[in-house]
Amino acid sequence: MGRYIIRRLLQLVLILWVISAITFFLFWATPANPALLICGKDCNTETVAQVNATYGFDDPLIVQYGTYMKGLINPNGRMIGSEGSERQCPWPCFGESYQNGIPVWDSIADAFPATFWLAMGAAILWLFGGVALGIVAALQKGKALDKLSVGLALFGVSFPTLVFGYLLLYLFIVKLQWLPFPDTANAALLTAGPGPWVQFYILPWITLALVFAALYTRLTRANMIDTLNEDFIRTARAKGLGERTVVFKHAMRAALTPIVTIFGLDLGGLLGGAVITEQIFSITGLGKFSIDSVLGNDLPAIMGVVLFAAIFIVVANIIVDILYAFIDPRVRLS
Amino acid sequence: MSEPAATTAMVDKAPDESFLALRDLQVHFPTDDGIVKAVNGLSFTLERGKTLGIVGESGSGKSVTSLAIMGLHKGSRAKVSGEIWLDGEELVSMSVDDIRRLRGNQIAMIFQDPLSAMHPLYTVGDQLTEAYLVHNDASKAAAKKRAVDLLDRVGIPSPDKRFDDYPHQFSGGMRQRAMIAMALMCDPKLLIADEPTTALDVTVQAQILDLMVDLQKEFNSAIIIITHDLGVVAQMAQDLVVMYGGRVVEAGNVRDIFYRPEMPYTWGLLGSIPRVDRGGDHRLRSIKGTPPSLINLPNGCPFQPRCDFQQHVEGHSCVAEVPELLQIGRDGHRVRCHIESERRKQLFTEQIKPSL
Repeated sequence: MGRYIIRRLLQLVLILWVISAITFFLFWATPANPALLICGKDCNTETVAQVNATYGFDDPLIVQYGTYMKGLINPNGRMIGSEGSERQCPWPCFGESYQNGIPVWDSIADAFPATFWLAMGAAILWLFGGVALGIVAALQKGKALDKLSVGLALFGVSFPTLVFGYLLLYLFIVKLQWLPFPDTANAALLTAGPGPWVQFYILPWITLALVFAALYTRLTRANMIDTLNEDFIRTARAKGLGERTVVFKHAMRAALTPIVTIFGLDLGGLLGGAVITEQIFSITGLGKFSIDSVLGNDLPAIMGVVLFAAIFIVVANIIVDILYAFIDPRVRLS
Repeated sequence: MSEPAATTAMVDKAPDESFLALRDLQVHFPTDDGIVKAVNGLSFTLERGKTLGIVGESGSGKSVTSLAIMGLHKGSRAKVSGEIWLDGEELVSMSVDDIRRLRGNQIAMIFQDPLSAMHPLYTVGDQLTEAYLVHNDASKAAAKKRAVDLLDRVGIPSPDKRFDDYPHQFSGGMRQRAMIAMALMCDPKLLIADEPTTALDVTVQAQILDLMVDLQKEFNSAIIIITHDLGVVAQMAQDLVVMYGGRVVEAGNVRDIFYRPEMPYTWGLLGSIPRVDRGGDHRLRSIKGTPPSLINLPNGCPFQPRCDFQQHVEGHSCVAEVPELLQIGRDGHRVRCHIESERRKQLFTEQIKPSL
């Protein structure tokens, strides 16, 4: 077990390293010119040359990559800036934004809570909503309630988030005015208080949860129907167990085990930012941050957010694998 | 498709006097393609301490019958009619809640494939104690003691340790033993074993069958053993029911059916048993054709399309009339065939017996 975790953590480092290299070299493969971006309005040959020297854009790519990685590997971070105005960039140093000079790590740390709460709230909604609907559908297979939930699931899967989100926004905020316009100040639970906080997040939660809830409904329904046809369910009934025990103990345990895997991976993926939902509801989370970074050709920010999101996905994978060994005794970690 | 004449002819005891009595049991499944008549007027009786074998090809209605006795068709789309009397109680008309109290308690079932029939995510011990606790107001410790005792009885080594194992950690034979232990948790009066040894190799099969015979003596339970293996029946059962197309085609005690069979289908079954004491040039004979569709049963005798002996029928039409299940001789030997009994005996002695 301990050895397994250590091996998986080493794998994590390897994967992150590969991702960092790919992102870095892909960026430079595009016709981007960060020096122009950095020097701003009063760009001339001289200032561009100066910027290139300061940021090391003149160095070979491999050297630039080495410098960048030093900030992530060295526990003291690295020094950045031109000679004379050097400053310490503490670990983890993802560099400074080309656009506004803010250390990337600070921006990520600022943006993460909003993304975290968005993902968590939506996850709870879709997990309970989707699974419950799926179970009901499976138990009522072929009846009206089943057809309704299958229809809802189809609707949820096929309705684009972009349209659904704006529709909710228009309906509840603009038209009915049940909810206030999104105010970024309400994104923080501690300063805003629970009431405004929930009002701020409720529509994003629903928007983000819709697609996932639909997928989970279909998955749970299919798993549950399969499981209810298993021989061991017949055995449970043959023992004289009540139908409630059969369904909620024997069938659900087996049917929901695969859901754990998918849930972990989905949640891990979302912690890297929910681009569309954040954009619609002006949530200053990682998704919005990544869009701004990409649009601004801001390499340090892109690198930072990609690596940060990758960590969640890889860690979620490890956690799911370990968890699965506890849930399903047939799985051995090796 | 009910055949009242046939059923009254074959019930030799009033249903409520026997420990278990099936009377004209019918199980039909409505499907998009038509009604699947899985069991069509099945009747037999069984006493405590005795074993009844039910044999037949796949799809002859064997397993459906056992599920009907357990009441496991209730709540599904299956239409069950007829009567099942167990110890003075009628099960077909019984409510689900009432029959649930009998399941696992008075009637227990051993399933065919113990790997898929046990829950993969609960320990063997959990699954055994659960069967006990649902019917007995006992402590968990008492249930565990009972489970460990029974695991020991069915021959699981160091049962207190294996109690906490999961089914996948057991070998196939041990799983089947655990399955038997689970069925015995509440001392059932009726034990239904649905192909209990099909998934096992021959040596383990013999051990499991011996175990069941021993336990039967100890608990004085009635056993229904469902199988397509006539060797298993010969070892276990006193009485035998041969099913074909959802109907009984021949029934009686094991000696009659093995040594004086009169139904061409039974002849075919007996001819397809491999024999070690035959020479190497002796070929196994298969019954030509395939089992009938239970949606469109053949007209007349269900076995008629595959029967080689129709030219011996006089005065009846195999295609037009379903033969009645009629008693011949003593001991409740009953046969469903249009060929005259004397002629059948003659055919068996002259044509079939020499090649068995």
